[in-house]
Amino acid sequence: MTKKKKMKPNIKREWCKGCGICVEFCPEDALIMDEMEKAVLAYPDKCTGCMLCELRCPDLAIELV
Amino acid sequence: MAVKDYIREKFFPHIWCPGCGHGIIMGGLIRAIETLQKEKNDIVIVSGIGCSSRICGYLDFHTLHTIHGRALAFATGVKLSRPELTVIAPMGDGDAFAIGGNHLIHAARRNIDITAIIMNNNIYGMTGGQYSPSTGYGEFATTAPYSNIDHPFDFVNLAIGAGASFVARTTTYHVTSMIKIIEKAIMHHGFSVVEIMSQCPTYFGRKNKFASAVEMLKYYRDHTTPIGSKDKKNNPDLIERGIFIEKEMPEYCDEYDKIIKMASKGE
Ligand code: SF4
Ligand code: SF4
Ligand code: SF4
Repeated sequence: MTKKKKMKPNIKREWCKGCGICVEFCPEDALIMDEMEKAVLAYPDKCTGCMLCELRCPDLAIELV
Repeated sequence: MAVKDYIREKFFPHIWCPGCGHGIIMGGLIRAIETLQKEKNDIVIVSGIGCSSRICGYLDFHTLHTIHGRALAFATGVKLSRPELTVIAPMGDGDAFAIGGNHLIHAARRNIDITAIIMNNNIYGMTGGQYSPSTGYGEFATTAPYSNIDHPFDFVNLAIGAGASFVARTTTYHVTSMIKIIEKAIMHHGFSVVEIMSQCPTYFGRKNKFASAVEMLKYYRDHTTPIGSKDKKNNPDLIERGIFIEKEMPEYCDEYDKIIKMASKGE
């Protein structure tokens, strides 16, 4: 039996406007802003796949895959 | 289906400013429709004018981007001629309650099966930050540089007073409950008003000393509370969120249909 892979955010950089909402409200502090002011999943191991970043992104730039 | 199946991707990234709440509402609306498994072809989105109303351009349903304040007039026409369609009218606060205020109260009174989503950012964003009917007393706008002396409407009470059969309030911070509320509002057979408190960091935020969209979301988190909570008793200034009214009432298109039948028999 294969363990079901947890979904993780995939961030579309061209759509991210760097508002910082996903980073600020990620319950696990898994996301950071990079030097280009784009959100990145810096700590994938911390991510629980809660979806909150995807749901709160005003630019529909995040999709859990 | 995925979110991308409900949008017109060629228009993305969208025009809204970084952190604008309207994008969160659009995402919420898409997810509610996705959960309800509605056919794209059975959905009509009708908007008026304003930053909020741009939503029509991005959503891949039948969409009508109409004139300022008149979204509900067009929506009423669509619904009366094709009652089987799901009609949703996303509107800004000024669009819905100033320019379109009369359309709104009468649509509520008739109880026509339309879902009105009020994207309330307390300001006119598109035209440069003028105060709207929901800008608070003492708040600032480009047209109220010394502070606003008008008192704001309470949209929830106004909608209830006008007779809407479903009335709710939520915020862009509370996304998961926002999605559930939109689902219920769409399923409700009658006129639904959902006020969603939405941040305009560019105008309302800057004028009212919110450093960022993040700060505005924190404000929604810290200054709202579920209806009837203990916190509300201790701190009456908290804004309540949740479903205030959900009641069964004769729906306008059904009633109109009955009249047609009665009149045809009478020949
Ligand atoms: S919420 Fe969206 S737009 Fe804002 S920083 Fe995160 S990915 Fe970028
Ligand atoms: S899915 Fe949840 S835990 Fe994972 S990055 Fe997004 S907000 Fe953080
Ligand atoms: S002006 Fe305000 S409401 Fe309009 S897009 Fe910018 S942040 Fe959003």
